[in-house]
Amino acid sequence: MYKYDQYDQAMVDARVAEFRDQVRRRVEGRITEDQFKPLRLQNGLYLQLHAYMLRVAVPYGTLSSAQMHALADIADKYDRGYGHFTTRQNIQYNWIKLEDTPDILADLAKVEMHAIQTSGNCIRNISSDHYAGATADELIDPRPYAELLRQWSSFHPEFLALPRKFKICVIASEADRAAMKLHDIGIRIVKNDSGEIGAAFYVGGGMGRTPMIAPCINPFVPLDQLVTYCEACLRVYNRYGRRDNKYKARIKILVHELGAAEYTRQVEEEFAHLLTQDIEPPLAELERISTYFASPAFETGLSDDIDRSDPDFALWVDTNTVPHKAPGYVSAVISLKPAGGIPGDASAEQMHLIADLTKQYSFDECRVTHTQNIVLPHVKKADLHALWTSLEAAGLGAANLDRIGDIIACPGLDYCSLANARSIPVAQKISERLSPRSAELGELKVKISGCINACGHHHAGHIGVLGVDKKGVENYQLLLGGSEADDTSLGKITGPGFDEAGIVDAVEKATEVYLAQRTDGERFLDTYRRIGINPFKEALYG
Amino acid sequence: MADLLRFRDDEPVDHPAVTVDAYLEQSNAAAVRIEPGDDARALIPHLDGLRLVEVNFPAFTDGRGYSAARILREAGYTGEMRAVGDVLIDQLSAMRRCGFDAFEPDKPLDPEEAKAALATWPQVYQTAADGRAPIWKLRHG
Repeated sequence: MYKYDQYDQAMVDARVAEFRDQVRRRVEGRITEDQFKPLRLQNGLYLQLHAYMLRVAVPYGTLSSAQMHALADIADKYDRGYGHFTTRQNIQYNWIKLEDTPDILADLAKVEMHAIQTSGNCIRNISSDHYAGATADELIDPRPYAELLRQWSSFHPEFLALPRKFKICVIASEADRAAMKLHDIGIRIVKNDSGEIGAAFYVGGGMGRTPMIAPCINPFVPLDQLVTYCEACLRVYNRYGRRDNKYKARIKILVHELGAAEYTRQVEEEFAHLLTQDIEPPLAELERISTYFASPAFETGLSDDIDRSDPDFALWVDTNTVPHKAPGYVSAVISLKPAGGIPGDASAEQMHLIADLTKQYSFDECRVTHTQNIVLPHVKKADLHALWTSLEAAGLGAANLDRIGDIIACPGLDYCSLANARSIPVAQKISERLSPRSAELGELKVKISGCINACGHHHAGHIGVLGVDKKGVENYQLLLGGSEADDTSLGKITGPGFDEAGIVDAVEKATEVYLAQRTDGERFLDTYRRIGINPFKEALYG
Repeated sequence: MADLLRFRDDEPVDHPAVTVDAYLEQSNAAAVRIEPGDDARALIPHLDGLRLVEVNFPAFTDGRGYSAARILREAGYTGEMRAVGDVLIDQLSAMRRCGFDAFEPDKPLDPEEAKAALATWPQVYQTAADGRAPIWKLRHG
């Protein structure tokens, strides 16, 4: 994985010193809360309902064992012994004191981590495929491109007061495991007919209250123009994105209102100009970064056999491991979704254990997924039973990857000041009720947001739940048919909403329609797409 | 002018800046003020006569002025680029990078704090309008 050099370290250290001074000036009353707010947000510090929340960046979701240990230590030392992994592949702590944050950032800097631009109206942490470097279906590891963009976007002087937040995702396979087309900029690394590698740009996607799937605005940007093209996309947005209404300020609205063709024309014009401005790092810089992402020294001649005599273990292997490019290896997914648990939460003890297992079994590397789980990307099949035994003992052995218990949920009204309804208890109840039928239901992605801002990705759930406020009472709408994968689609609302008990019943009824109607091999989403929403409506409201 | 923080040796322009529209209609003024909604590129054919460009920040959270400044520097403008309005200590380092070389905030800045803020970054990651060599250039020469 990437290692800081003297320059990267100096930049992060400078940021810690800057923020320490800003906190001091805030505490002394030399700057107002309005002036301080964008500063703390761009250092990941968010004011929630009960306390400050600190969101720490995990660039492209990749962590070392030492970094995971450090995250666990922060949970113990500064929070209540927990961390919460997020849909941006980051981690957040929900009970932080303002005056502790400079010290937390200093602790992070010691393990080459930071909370830079994890909130606020700026370019956020760059996300990527959580199986990068491990999966056989990728053209190339996308993370060097993400790291190149991390450095370019960090403290970018022109783009620190954008109309709204800005999220970039980089993948390098046809399969989309990172919701690429639901980002402000989605980049797919591709090969053209001449065999050259470049980047396809999808711009103007997003969830929130106006979900949009990003159109492709340029199918092939040469690799030695990648940063310049991003800069052109951002400059057009910074100049012309709407600032009169925060709900219309994301780039998706600009692209939609201008039309993709006109937005693209403006970007190409800016791009032609910026190509003369020496924006682009040389390819040697990309090569330097890429050396840090070289494949680990996989053993050869390994057996692909797994002893499946323990049925619980066999179920976990079938559900929570995915094929690897190297024979004898898999990527193993550690579920942070025990039945009835809080999606994405991990205790400090669990994080320490994951850190140890990362070192012992996965070449000192793990990944955070946007579905709020942890991946050990490179595990020998021969080690799986020992790994699973350790996970089971720590409550981390749930066999439910992409199953009904593997729910994405935002923090909701339990923590968030924007929320209209609680998300976590609904996730817990759906998980408790339906997890026993997990195997029968197969792949079924449930995503829950506690307000229209859609942090829980409800638009992209096979089953989505949206919490709203109905005359002071929590009410939950049901959506069906969304997907964040390569077949990206947006879910449709079934009809009138439900109360908390009613939404759990409604989800169960939707699964019953699926079980009654499915044909061989169909997933929930396939059946929905074949039969449409009406049979579900009849069961729910008929 | 007492609270003008300026990083230039030439004499400041001594008459008020006109709006972009006024300047484009009758361009014998030497000073123009850009508002957030103005297109800075409209000034590019007329840069020769300009000695002062003021970029107004009615609210520090509106970042359009950063692009305006860089666009004019990229077009070769070498006169004074002055940030005016809601200009705060913690925006100075980014503004300097985007080509501002003078600051005239609504509320005066503490000179010591301004000096510290402008020294925030030991190096920089990007090419911008301040001529600093980005880190990638230091790595690769």
